[in-house]
Amino acid sequence: MADVALQSNRAAQAARKRGSLHRMLKRKSTMAFLMTLPLILLIATLVIYPAFYALHLATLNKSMQRFVGLSNFEFLFRRETFWLVVKQSCIFAITAVIFKAVLGFIIAHFVHNIPAKGQRKWRGMLLVPWVIPPAMSTLAWLWLFDPSYSAFNYTLSFFGIGPIPWTGDAMWARFSVILVNIWVGAPFFMIMYLAALKSVPEQLYEAAAIDGANWWQRIWYVTLPMMRNIIAITTLFSLIVTFANFDIVRILTAGGPLDHTHIFATWAFRIGIEGSDIPLGASVSLFMVPILAVAAIFILRDVNKRGNES
Amino acid sequence: MATVTIDKAAPTRKVKYGSMSRDRTWALRWSYFFLVIFAIFSLTPPIYMLITSLKSSAEISAATNPWWVFHPTLENYLGLLTSNQFLRFFWNSAIVSIFVVTITMLISVPAAFALARMRFWGSAVLATGVFLTYLIPETLLFIPLFKMFAVIGDWTGIQLINRWYVLLILYPTLTVPFCTWIMIGYFASIPKELDEAAIIDGASWIQTLTRIFIPVAFPGIIAATIFAFTVSWAQFLYPLVFTTSTDQLVMPVGIITTLIKGDVFNWGQIMTGALLGAAPPLIIYAFLMDYYIAGLTAGATKG
Repeated sequence: MADVALQSNRAAQAARKRGSLHRMLKRKSTMAFLMTLPLILLIATLVIYPAFYALHLATLNKSMQRFVGLSNFEFLFRRETFWLVVKQSCIFAITAVIFKAVLGFIIAHFVHNIPAKGQRKWRGMLLVPWVIPPAMSTLAWLWLFDPSYSAFNYTLSFFGIGPIPWTGDAMWARFSVILVNIWVGAPFFMIMYLAALKSVPEQLYEAAAIDGANWWQRIWYVTLPMMRNIIAITTLFSLIVTFANFDIVRILTAGGPLDHTHIFATWAFRIGIEGSDIPLGASVSLFMVPILAVAAIFILRDVNKRGNES
Repeated sequence: MATVTIDKAAPTRKVKYGSMSRDRTWALRWSYFFLVIFAIFSLTPPIYMLITSLKSSAEISAATNPWWVFHPTLENYLGLLTSNQFLRFFWNSAIVSIFVVTITMLISVPAAFALARMRFWGSAVLATGVFLTYLIPETLLFIPLFKMFAVIGDWTGIQLINRWYVLLILYPTLTVPFCTWIMIGYFASIPKELDEAAIIDGASWIQTLTRIFIPVAFPGIIAATIFAFTVSWAQFLYPLVFTTSTDQLVMPVGIITTLIKGDVFNWGQIMTGALLGAAPPLIIYAFLMDYYIAGLTAGATKG
């Protein structure tokens, strides 16, 4: 005992000797600042700075030596491909997100319906698409869609359905890209909704059942209102991710046929990196900002609201 | 089950109970029916990868039934696992992922602790900022980052583009915000009494973190680690933009750029490569599914 007391006493003396620097380091706010410093530096140099740098780049000419103001944007607005990309990005993101949300909701319900001890197994199987790196699974889809040895066309031929140009025709290519995106993203919704479904109190359903509500009314008046928050946040989050998607479109169609599946990210890559017109590529990618900002504001409002509730 | 309900129910209510349990049986049957369909939809691509990876290229081009392997062979696996190039991709991916996970945890755990427990000037704003950066997709930043690193290379002579280690700088921008965010959630759920007791007993902030918070929030740390690993293993855009020489590539980009030669697709090898590339996340998922799902849902529900 005495020994310990002596030691701590000595330590205290030593600390006093080392003076004010050490005392400052011991202060809570200094300590907290030092602990968050790497995070702040990372965000400042690799996220915030490049974001503003993109704005600067977008105002330069192709060789990046001359300030050209907004003429990059003017150039884009006059190009037909740009409007095609805008249209396709919106169709892609909105269709994919709606289908992912609806499919996820349905699957979550079915998983929730079955006895609890089997749920784990099914959930595990259904989440596999989300776990495989999208670049790898898209390769498998590309091979399933292959024009000459396509496994899908082989199967469909038994039903008398002619060979479908999965990635060759503009409409079919758009369909394929969206299908793969739904395949990758629906499990995420399923998991989120399943977690939310489990948190809806059983008594509410019992009360509804006593009041004579059928299954549709139970979903409409009990499940959906209880899950409103999680549905909103998941959908907005998925909208951001889908809108900014790159891997799937790049590997499946690379924007083809004739730019008919390009979305903002893949077109920016084509122009900025492959075409080495960095300023124009930066201007294209900047068009993702407005929709991201709107979605982010809504998500943030929701997160803060729930933070206050709890 | 049925007999029990009949025994307990009064005779007049028998019919109603019967119809209700029949409804339930049918609901269950429909659930299983649709779940089987969805499971087939989910598992078709990975299973097809496996089927194709076991075929020789002769069998693939013979256009026999694509859903069946008539002459299973491991030549694709042997071919890839003995190719130095492929092993190099695997090695690069592994090194990058391990380093990124370490860097991520070293940055995000202390930061999350400070943001969750040590209220200081601007901490609330910073926490929101972390969440916002998590929402910024990499497709928005790759062009300015590419130019930034090119300029740094010109100015200082430190060549970062086309080196695998540039990914160590880039990937944390994707992993750190999310990991910090979920760790804030996990740390915030630890009762205040615990760290107050530690502080009263004379523990420093660092000791409180390492002796109390990290052990108590260990499930959260595992979830964050899994997330950081899967994100860095699966990332495709940054390596595609920043690395080009074959000895600097990571798995996803390596498979796509080297196995696809012009218009010639060696599908057997591509599918084998894709399967091997998908294997590490799948194995982790198979063993740590609950942590994986906890991390996934924590991002949106813990906020």
